[in-house]
Amino acid sequence: MQLPLGIEVPIPTFEQFVFIQVALLTAVAALAVVISRNLFHSALALTLTFFGVAGVYIFLEAEFLAVSQVLVYVGAIAMLIAFAIMLTRSMMFGRTSPLNNQWGKSSLFAILFFSALLAFARATPWPAAGEEVVADEALIGQLGREFVTTYVIAFEVLGLLLLVALVGAVMLARDR
Amino acid sequence: MQVTQWSEALSGWLMGLGLPGWAAIFLVYAVGSFILINYGMLSVLLLIWITRKAISRIQDRIGPNRVGKYGLLQTVADAAKLLSKEDITPYEADKIAYNLSPILAVFGVLMLLAVIPFAPGLTGVDLNVAALYVVALGSIGIMAALMAGWGSNNKYALLAGFRVVAQLLSYEIPLVLAILTVVLLTGSMRFGQIVEMQSLHVAGFNLGLGWLGIVMPGALIVFFVSSLAEAELTPFDLLEAESELIAGFHIEYSGMKFAMFFLAQFLNAWILGAVAVTLFLGGWQGPGVGLPVIGPILGLGYFMIKVYGVYVLQQWIRGTFPRIRIDQMMYFAWKVLVPLMIGLIVAQAIIQKLPTPVAIQYVLIFIANVGVMAVVAYVLQKYFREEQIRTKRSFEPTSLIGGMQVSEKGTMY
Repeated sequence: MQLPLGIEVPIPTFEQFVFIQVALLTAVAALAVVISRNLFHSALALTLTFFGVAGVYIFLEAEFLAVSQVLVYVGAIAMLIAFAIMLTRSMMFGRTSPLNNQWGKSSLFAILFFSALLAFARATPWPAAGEEVVADEALIGQLGREFVTTYVIAFEVLGLLLLVALVGAVMLARDR
Repeated sequence: MQVTQWSEALSGWLMGLGLPGWAAIFLVYAVGSFILINYGMLSVLLLIWITRKAISRIQDRIGPNRVGKYGLLQTVADAAKLLSKEDITPYEADKIAYNLSPILAVFGVLMLLAVIPFAPGLTGVDLNVAALYVVALGSIGIMAALMAGWGSNNKYALLAGFRVVAQLLSYEIPLVLAILTVVLLTGSMRFGQIVEMQSLHVAGFNLGLGWLGIVMPGALIVFFVSSLAEAELTPFDLLEAESELIAGFHIEYSGMKFAMFFLAQFLNAWILGAVAVTLFLGGWQGPGVGLPVIGPILGLGYFMIKVYGVYVLQQWIRGTFPRIRIDQMMYFAWKVLVPLMIGLIVAQAIIQKLPTPVAIQYVLIFIANVGVMAVVAYVLQKYFREEQIRTKRSFEPTSLIGGMQVSEKGTMY
């Protein structure tokens, strides 16, 4: 497509068009998490961000990861955050400022972190497009097999960690 | 049997007409989702009518019979009434959460329709992670309830929202474990393939009666019970006990927003029934679905009969069972259903690794199901007997017991 000033604008394909929407949704929601004055709205925006990331996974033909993302992040983590906000009463109705007195230092580190990420992203030789990805049940089976063979120690340690957290929660909530 | 998906057939035909590939696929899925969503919305009219009629009959009443033949149009009249009602937003309500919540509630339920296989080759989309997708979408309903409770600026709504989350999260676990048994047996999370597996070929003719519910009745019962809890039906409807709590988390909603919660609830009951049918009762399988032309039509018929049968069963339970208390609800999920399912999964995993033919494995799984259920029933029966004695003792007046040792809570040992 040719704009009047002679600037070449590539016409996005259908997939790119949808991807732009998903990416915009994710980015805007992530921004809303940071700048919202109401903590509960931040939590809701965070949920939306999780959905957007799931959408990006679908574009990468990783349906299993996308659905797990919704299950774990929306179903568990967003819920946990919402509960934590609701049970701390002072935060619930107050309009908190998105900035505190450490904004200068944290913005410096945010910029540093972003530039590091950018450098990594530019240095990584991304696999060229057109490589065929096998995405079906066989892949899920392979993932499961990797969990109990190659990564079995990490897997077991994670399970142990969850068990310890569970026991700790029971100890805290116990009637005395 | 290789079944062509309706979407492939239709997009192939459209591409034959000269449409570019992406446009054909987009058009096909747009039409498909339009049909599915409207089917979902309109079937609720029928579902509410079935509920009213079934419960009326159980309670020795006639039920709606004035508007339309057999009162069939009663729900339409009710919807018109709800549309004309004033839309009230409570004072200082959180506008975003309050208004978004009913939309999310309906959205989370309608999205489930996409993966239900209605007939051979008639699935919205045959997702390869459909079983997980169903579980993941349940969390949207939880989020909607939480947002409604919080956004209403009403402490009763908020408390009810917490109760909803507690119930739905608790019963999601036995539900997931019950789905896991099916996935373990079929080796697939694709609903299409799970239904395909439940055929039964006798001399080359598909009887379609190899239902997984026959092989694992324990998992079927656990799934059904937890789906009752997930759909907030009796005996687990303490979240919105109309006579006691008014309506729970959607107490502040009126007009069409209330109707949307209502719609989501009825449709959720139906769809969870459809998932139960797909996983355990053979989906569209039935005698003669393998036949060339008439097969898909028969399949759709079988599927609908089964799903509406399950729905009527849910309403039957709704009309006859008393409501349970919240502590009993948590107790039942965590101390009965979850251990039962874990026992079943361990037993099934061991059996499936045995070096025996598949038919013997099925028999063993059936025996394991019945055995685990018998153990649970025995333990429960012992518990309830002790509980009965305990409650009787705690109601005895302490003064009459006199010199006997009485603990501070009134129970004596």
